Amino acid sequence: MPKCPECDGDVTVGSDAVKGEIVSCPDCGAELEVTATAPVALALAPKAEEDWGE
Amino acid sequence: MGSRGPVVGVLLSRVRVEEKLLLQELSSRGIETKIIDDRELVLPTEKKPDLGVDVVLERCIQHGTALYALNVLGGWGIPTVNTYETAEVCGNKLITTMRLVRDGIPTPKTRVAFTPESAIAAVEQLGYPAVLKPLIGSWGRLVSKVNDRESAEAIIEHKDVLGSYLHSIYYVQEYVKKPGRDIRAFVVGGETICAIYRYSEHWITNTARGARAENCPVTPELNDLCMRSAQAVGGGVVAVDVLERDGELLVNEVNYTMEFRNSIDTTGVNIPAKVIDYVLDVAKTAQQAER
Repeated sequence: MPKCPECDGDVTVGSDAVKGEIVSCPDCGAELEVTATAPVALALAPKAEEDWGE
Repeated sequence: MGSRGPVVGVLLSRVRVEEKLLLQELSSRGIETKIIDDRELVLPTEKKPDLGVDVVLERCIQHGTALYALNVLGGWGIPTVNTYETAEVCGNKLITTMRLVRDGIPTPKTRVAFTPESAIAAVEQLGYPAVLKPLIGSWGRLVSKVNDRESAEAIIEHKDVLGSYLHSIYYVQEYVKKPGRDIRAFVVGGETICAIYRYSEHWITNTARGARAENCPVTPELNDLCMRSAQAVGGGVVAVDVLERDGELLVNEVNYTMEFRNSIDTTGVNIPAKVIDYVLDVAKTAQQAER
């Protein structure tokens, strides 16, 4: 099971996950980005920048 | 494109719930889809970018990335949803306001000023409370309600000293006392497909800030207002934010990379399906124009 890069907790990632998807660590709440899917790799998601939005 | 179906490029960086739903919709229809990660993208300017797609659905999270990518793609005749024009207008609150004003669409009174001193004058022309907003930004971030001169001076000084140059272009709006909610309406192509009320105890009613969503019937009046607003900003797939004031409807802003995760179950409308229908229409229209 992939580990949270922040707290080393176990993070469940769905089998339908895609690269770039954002998941939360159930232990520490960190926002994580799926950077690879086979096997799943996680990195801390970038923090929101000024021009982020909809 | 020939006789095969269109290849849809989805330009994105983060796959939020919305992007995932759009990708699932494409997949469920068997549409060939290419995810284009904007962080890996290198676009040539002197020749047509060879992305191997017939249409690009833009879902970047960064306005700057979206804007300039759409400029190059659109410049080379690659059909995009939305267009560069729509992104440019919607991504900047002042340009949006000016388009709404141009088309006679009711919108809160707004002032723009370029120095801290004239910004105070702008606030006082509108009266307290007034609202200071950054020209670019979403989710209600850095939107400030100023209740008196002292708070206006403090916020304007902070913007002047701590902000980038864009924060020294002061966009000031009259404060509209809302009935504890506002309206977000979703326009796709030529139709207001659905709308929600966004309820909040706070004066900022973004769902990103915890507002509660409920279905809002699309009345002929709301539909007309939203259709005109969408046309004013360049059309496409947009979310129109509407304020109610004593029975009057005012268009507050228009968003061009809308989030809709809270609005599908609430309205019963399959928003991603409507968006993909529109994207395919854009591809088809471009294909017919090529012939």
